[in-house]
This record gives sequence, structure tokens and C-alpha cells, in this order.
Amino acid sequence: MIDFLQVLLSGAATGCVYALVALGFTLLWQAAGAINFAQGEFVMLPAFAMLSCLAFGTPLWLAFVIACALSMAVLGLAFKRLIVDPISGRGVVTLVIATLGLAVAAKNIVKATYGAEARPFPGVFPETLLALGPLKVSVQDVGTLLVAGAMVAALHLFLNRTQTGRAMQAVAQNVEAATVLGINVSRMVLYVFLINALLVTIAALLVAPAYLAKFDMGDSLGLKAFYAAIIGGFNQSRGALVGGLLVGMLENFVGAYVSPGYKDGVALMVFLVVILFRPEGLLGRPEERRV
Amino acid sequence: MSRGQALLGAAAIVLVACAPLGLKSYGTYLLTLWCVYVMAGMGLNLTAGYAGQMSIGHAAFLGIGAYTGAILLKAGLGLAVALPAATLLCFVIGVALGFPALRVQHHYLAFATLGFNVLVFLVMRNEEWLTGGTFGISAIPRPALFGLSLDRPWAFFLFTYVSALLLAAAFYGLVRSPWGRAFATLRDNRIRAESLGVDVTAYTLLAFAIGAACAGIAGVYFAMLVQFIEPAPFHPAASLMMLLMVIVGGAGRFLGPVVGAAFLVLLPEWLRFMKDWYLVLFGLTIVVLMLWLPGGVLSIPERLKGGGRWRHSSR
Repeated sequence: MIDFLQVLLSGAATGCVYALVALGFTLLWQAAGAINFAQGEFVMLPAFAMLSCLAFGTPLWLAFVIACALSMAVLGLAFKRLIVDPISGRGVVTLVIATLGLAVAAKNIVKATYGAEARPFPGVFPETLLALGPLKVSVQDVGTLLVAGAMVAALHLFLNRTQTGRAMQAVAQNVEAATVLGINVSRMVLYVFLINALLVTIAALLVAPAYLAKFDMGDSLGLKAFYAAIIGGFNQSRGALVGGLLVGMLENFVGAYVSPGYKDGVALMVFLVVILFRPEGLLGRPEERRV
Repeated sequence: MSRGQALLGAAAIVLVACAPLGLKSYGTYLLTLWCVYVMAGMGLNLTAGYAGQMSIGHAAFLGIGAYTGAILLKAGLGLAVALPAATLLCFVIGVALGFPALRVQHHYLAFATLGFNVLVFLVMRNEEWLTGGTFGISAIPRPALFGLSLDRPWAFFLFTYVSALLLAAAFYGLVRSPWGRAFATLRDNRIRAESLGVDVTAYTLLAFAIGAACAGIAGVYFAMLVQFIEPAPFHPAASLMMLLMVIVGGAGRFLGPVVGAAFLVLLPEWLRFMKDWYLVLFGLTIVVLMLWLPGGVLSIPERLKGGGRWRHSSR
């Protein structure tokens, strides 16, 4: 039972990070109709940006701030202006291919400059164990869970309780109607890209200490985030959280009790079952077909 | 096809067949590998280029073909058993995987195939009793063909080359048949295809499964060529590269995979001094192509002639 709770907790911590990445992914899809196959690399790049800052002797918090700014400029603004905007008229597949190419380029730039080996990344939280009665929990897991959970909650509040957040949702639901209501659509879409850039930087800060910084760390992270997004419901921000937690906990479970070798296959299995019986995702609404 | 084009094509076919005369054994090996990837690429081109389905699990089918071929050949069974078995297995798995994934929007297939590739990779790495795990399967025999040994590099090259040509001929016939045209209609306008009486689900499933079967065939040749297989060449990243290879050449163009496979197999050898920067360049080329030339490298002549018209609109 104790083991079970520990497995569950560390699974939830990983799942929360998946949820952060998945959330950015869904937001981009909702607001800009963009599927970003480089989302995993978008987590890897800030991790290396922070490492570069740390190599210059900056403290971790400053490195994080610099990485946030860089990420918003490059992965937010430049990504939108230079790649998504020019391609968006040509449909989803063209953009998917372009982001795939971007992912290949990003991975290999990092591999060519930093090398192929995994690099240690300083933790935000101490690597100690906290004893709660018989239960020993890792501070890192609890911290990750709290920070990521707080981020998701804050974003949820922002999207539902503030005027800007509601305007962003309006754009996601119906661009024409939003324009008629006087909402500055292109600015709202830009906000979504910037929020995504922030989310991936936070995810990088949380995940890199445990997974180490490596040029291909985005591969599995990105893939699980996609699954989390689809499992939860591609058009629902709450869905990303549910999907992320589900995938994180289930795969930790399988890793601990069934077979560690097949841990990475869990997300696919859940995904296949979900799209077979509920293609719109657990919390999603069915989407009408656009001709 | 005009007479001039046919002559040019025939000359190119003969020229490539004679290429090993001027090459050392490594060059011949690369050329054979190129043929293998052309075979696999033609399958992917049918799925992705003609039918417009994003498949990022092609390396998994290549792997299933390679492992099936290797295991059967090592068991002493001939090519007459190994080749149909690998083809059929990939076809069946393609149907089983495509069925849930194709019921929903087309980008879901991308995720499903990518995840499937992860799963296949894990099976190859973990099930040592069947696949040898990370040690792989070594000493895969090359069976003799009608009593002729295929052990020499050029003999095996010719065998692979002729097989690739035969597959290309079959493929050429397929895309010009009513079936092939139905595939293209699916890509260009799904709803119109449906109203013209094309069974959309059945045809997309078929395009996907035939593509998978092509990869299975290529896999058997891959196993015979390298004679030692392990999970690494069938990693999901390899699937990505294969999809990008088809796109670079020109998705939905008959010769697309031929050019694309050269990008994947031959070009890195000439540009070896660039090391990892080759892939950086490759990735950025893809981005630039999508921005300015979504039809791929092969659409350059048309672009120059037609002044900016796409051959087909991609969705």
C-alpha cells in the first residue's frame, strides 16, 4: 500500500509535467489551429538555454528568467511570425511537416554544439525524502506536483476569469464572431504562443533535474504530451490535466508492477482505447467537420 | 509519358545498374541500401503522398519485415516463404493499426503510428527470445536465387535493384488504376470522394496497409543486405526521417521517394564532413520547403515553368 502511494505520487508529478506541455499544445491547436510536432524540442531548448546561462555562472533563478525571455522571443514570437503564420493558410499537414523539420534541426543543433551525452541539471527542490508517517515522499516530486498544479490552476483561472482569457477562448471558438465583437484576434493568438513558450520553459525547469538534459529528451516528452492532450480531449484545457495525470500515473504503475521495459508503451495503449471508444477524448466535445 | 522521357528513364535505369562497376564494395552497399529505402519509400508515398495520411511508423513496418525475414531465413526457409510472410504480416498489422486510428481525423494516425513504432521498438529490445534484444540477430544468410549465389555485393545489388524496379512497375500500375485515382481523390477532397461513391474508410485503410506491406518487403531486403539486425534502425526517429524523405522528394510524385532516399542514404556520405550539421541542414531544408515549395524538390521545374502554381493543394 505504501509502495503503491509512492508510485502514484511520483507518477502524478511526471504526469503534471506532461500536462503542462500538453496544455501548451492544446492551446496552440485551439487558438491558432496549429499542431506543433516540435513541442518536445520546445522543452529541450529552454533546458539547454538555462544550462548555458548556468555555465556563465548565473544563479538558477536568473537563468530561468533569461530562458523565459528567450523562449518567448524565439519559441513564441519568432515561431509564430516566421513559420506558423506563413504556412497556416496551407493546412495542417504542411505545418506538421514543417514543425517535424524544425524538431530535427533543433535536436541536431544541440547535439552538434553540446554533444550527445546527457547533462546533469540542478534541481529546484532538494533531493531529500520527506517522511510522512510510514510514507516517504521525495521533495522533488511534491514540489513538481505543486508548481505544475499551481500553473495549470492559474492558467485555468486566467482563461475563465479575466477579460483577456475569455477573449482568447472566444477566438478559439469562433474567429469571425470574435472579430465582430471587437476582439483583437491576432493579439490573442500571439498571447497563446507566448503562454506556450512560458509553459514549456517551466516544464523544462521541472523535468530536466529528473530526466537530465539531453538533445533527444523532447522525443518521449513531446509524444506523451500529445497523447495526454488527445486522451483528455483535444479541445479542452482541463482535458490536458486529466490526460497528463492519467498517463503519468498509469505508466509509473506499469513500470513498477508489470514490466519496466514496456513503460513507454502505456500512453499509446490508453490512446488507442480512448480514440476507439471516445474519439473526442475523455472530457472533449465532438467537433463538427469543416468542409 | 513522352518518348523522350521514356528513353531518358531507360537510360537512367541502365546507368544505375552499371554503377557497381565503378564502385568499391561500400559504394555498392550504399546503392543497395538506397534501393531498399526506395522500396519502403514508395509504400510510404502511397500512404502519405497519394492518400494523404500522415504515417510516422514506417520504420516499424520495415523492422517487422526485417525481423520476420531474418528469423525465417535463419530457420532455413527460403525467400519464397520469408518474403510473402513478411509482406502479409505487415499488411495485416497495418489493417489492425489503421482501423482505430483512421476512424478519426487524419492527424491522429500520425500519433497512433508514432506510438506504434515506440511499441514495436520496445518489443524488439525487450523480447530477447524472439528478437535477440539489443544484441540483435546476426549471420543472416542470403539465400541463393535459382542456384546463383547472392553473396557478392554486386550480385545482391542487382537482385535488390531488379526487385525495386518490379515493385516500382507494380506501383506505377496501381496509382494509374481506378484504385490509385481513388486514393488521390481521398487526399484532395474527402467529402467529394465520399459523394462519388468511394468508401473512404476502406480506401484509406487499404492505402495504409499496402504502404505497410511495401515496407515489409523492403525490410526483408534490409535484413539480407546488412546480415545483422538490431532495434536501432527501426527507432521512431527513423520513421520521421522516412516521412521527411518522401516529402523532400515530393509527396504524391512517382519519383519522390527515389530522390528522397538519395537525400537520406547517399547525400550524408558525401557530406560526411558536416557531421551533425547535415541533419540541421536537412531539418531546415524541410522547413524552407514547406514555406516556399510544399511540392518537394521534384516540383522545382514546374514551379519555374508555371510561375508559382502548386500541382495539388495540400491540406
